[in-house]
Amino acid sequence: MYETSVQHTKDPATTKRAAPSSGGGITATGLGKRFGDLWALRNLDLRVEPGTVLGLLGHNGAGKTTAIRILTTLSQPTEGSATVAGLDVVRDSAAVRNRIGVASQQSTVDGLMSGRLNLQTIGRLHGMSKAAARQRGDELLEQLDLTDFATALVKTYSGGMRRRLDVAASLMGAPDVLFLDEPTTGLDPRSRGDLWQMLADLVREGTTIILTTQYLEEADRMADDIVVLDHGETVAHGTPAELKARIGDDRLDIKVAAASELVAAAGALSAFAESDATFDAEQLIVTAPIKTGVRVIDVVRALDEAGIDAVDITRREATLDEVFLALTSDHHNREELTA
Amino acid sequence: MSNTLLTESRIFARRNLEHIRQVPEKLTNVTIQPLMFVLLFAYVFGGAIKVGGGGYKEYLIGGILIQTLAFAMMGPAMSIATDLQEGVIDRFRSLPSRRSAYLLGHYMAEMLGSLLTIVILLGTGLIVGWRTHAPFLHVVEALLLLLVFASAIIWVGLWMGILVRSPDAVMGVGFVVVFPITFISNAFVPIESLPNILQWVASVNPVSVLIAAVRTLFGNPVAPVTKHVWPIDHPVGAAWLYSLALVALGWVIAQRRYRARTTD
Repeated sequence: MYETSVQHTKDPATTKRAAPSSGGGITATGLGKRFGDLWALRNLDLRVEPGTVLGLLGHNGAGKTTAIRILTTLSQPTEGSATVAGLDVVRDSAAVRNRIGVASQQSTVDGLMSGRLNLQTIGRLHGMSKAAARQRGDELLEQLDLTDFATALVKTYSGGMRRRLDVAASLMGAPDVLFLDEPTTGLDPRSRGDLWQMLADLVREGTTIILTTQYLEEADRMADDIVVLDHGETVAHGTPAELKARIGDDRLDIKVAAASELVAAAGALSAFAESDATFDAEQLIVTAPIKTGVRVIDVVRALDEAGIDAVDITRREATLDEVFLALTSDHHNREELTA
Repeated sequence: MSNTLLTESRIFARRNLEHIRQVPEKLTNVTIQPLMFVLLFAYVFGGAIKVGGGGYKEYLIGGILIQTLAFAMMGPAMSIATDLQEGVIDRFRSLPSRRSAYLLGHYMAEMLGSLLTIVILLGTGLIVGWRTHAPFLHVVEALLLLLVFASAIIWVGLWMGILVRSPDAVMGVGFVVVFPITFISNAFVPIESLPNILQWVASVNPVSVLIAAVRTLFGNPVAPVTKHVWPIDHPVGAAWLYSLALVALGWVIAQRRYRARTTD
C-alpha cells in the first residue's frame, strides 16, 4: 500500500519543490544487483522528486550501499534501470558524474594530503580553476568547522573530522543530487546537528539528497520519504508519518521487581498497547508499543491498581530492531497472503 | 570548464608528488639505493670481477641503470595498491574526470622519479670514472632507450599494483620476480663467468639484452657473447623491440585491468 506513494506531509508552507531546481530527481525501476548467488539488492523502485530527501533505512548488509553505488555509477546493476537528474546511470554515466556528489561510507579522502589540498584536488578534477577550487574548498572547510585543520594532514584527523571532510568533498562540485552513505556515523551529537542543519539548507536551495542511515531518528528528521531495506528487499516505503503509523508509536518499558510480576504487568499494559507485549525475563522488563495519546500517568495508575511493584517506567521511540521486526513480519505475512 | 586529459593527468600526478613531499623516504629506492649499488660494486666487488676490453666501472653503469629502472616497478605498484585498498579510488571514479587520467597521472609522477634515478646514476658514474666512448647521437639514443624502458617498467608496475590484493604483497612479488631476472644477467658479471646452464638463462634474458644495448650505445665494454641467440647478438635492435612492445603491452593491460578491477 505504501509502494505507490510519494506524498509529502511536511509543512507545505516551506514546500521544497518550489525552490528553483535543475531537475535533479532520481528514479529507479526494478533495480537489482547480484554478487555470485547472493542478491545484494532486488526490485528497488524509487521516485525522488527534485529538492527532496529520501532516506534509505536498514541494517548493515541490507543493500543500502549497493543502491548508492549503482546510482552513483560506481557499480553496474544486474537488472533494472535508474536515472539521476534525468540521465541514465549506465548509458550516461559520465554525464551523471557531472551532476552528483558522493560521500561514501568508507572514507575516500587522501590521508597524505591536507584537508585543503584534498578539496582543491577534487575541485580541479571538477574542472575548476586553481583559485576557484581553493576558494570553494575554504568555504566548505569553514561551513564544516574544519578551518583550523585546513593545513593539517588528513591522516591526523579524527574519525568525525574525516567524515565531515568527506561531506565537504561531496559538495565541491555544487551537485544537483547528493548521495550520503551514513554521513553521521561517528559524529558527536553537536556535529550531527550541525550537519543536519547544513543539509536542510541545501535542500531548501533545491538539492536532492539520498541518505542512508541506521538511525530511525535521522531518517525521521531529514527524510521526506523513507525506503526500508532488509536483505536487499524493499520492506516498506512511505513518509516517516506513514511508517510510524504502521509500526506503532512509542514503546513503553516497564521494569518490575520480580519475575513473577511480568505476566501481570503485561496484563495491566494490554489496555494501552497496540499489540502484545514482549518480555525480557533477565532484565525483568515488559515492553509494548503504546497507542497514540496514552499518558504515562494512566499506565502508572493501572499498574498501581493491579498491585504491581514497578521499579521503573520508560517511554521511548521504537528502536531500529523493533521497526524491522514490525515491518519485516508484516512483509512476510503479506507475501504469504499473496502466495 | 572541462579539463583536457593532460590537465587531469597532471592533477593526479601532483597528488603523487605531494605524497613524496610528505613522505620523502619513498624516494630512497630511486635515489640512495642505486647510489649505494654503484659504490658497492665499483669499490667492494669490482676488484674481483674481470671484464675483458675495459675497466669494470665502465662495464658497471649500464648494468646498474637497467637494474635500478627494473626495480622501479615497485613504486607505481605500491601507490596503486594503496589507493585501491583505501577507497580513495571511489572518490576519483565518482568525479567527472577521465578514467585513463588517473593511471596517466601515476605514470607521469613515476617517470619523474625514474628521470631522477638516471641523472643520479650517470652523475655518480662520472664521479667514479665512467665515461662514454661513442658518437653523441649514440649517447642520445641510449638515453632515449632508457626512458622508453623506464616507461615500460612503470606500466608493468601499475598493472602489478592492480593485480595484487594488498600493498604488502608488492614487496614480496617484486623481489621474487625482479631480483632473479636482474641478477641472472650480464648486469654485474660477464656472462662467460657463469655456469653453462646459467649462461643460457642470462643470454636469453631480456635484461641482458637491454644492458648490452646501453653499453654498446655508450661505447662501454660489452663482455663476449658465449651463447648465440638473435637478441643478444643484436642488442640495440632487440632492446628497442622489447621496450616498445612492453610499453604497448603494459599500457593496454594496465588500463584493462584497472577497468575490470574497478567495475562491479
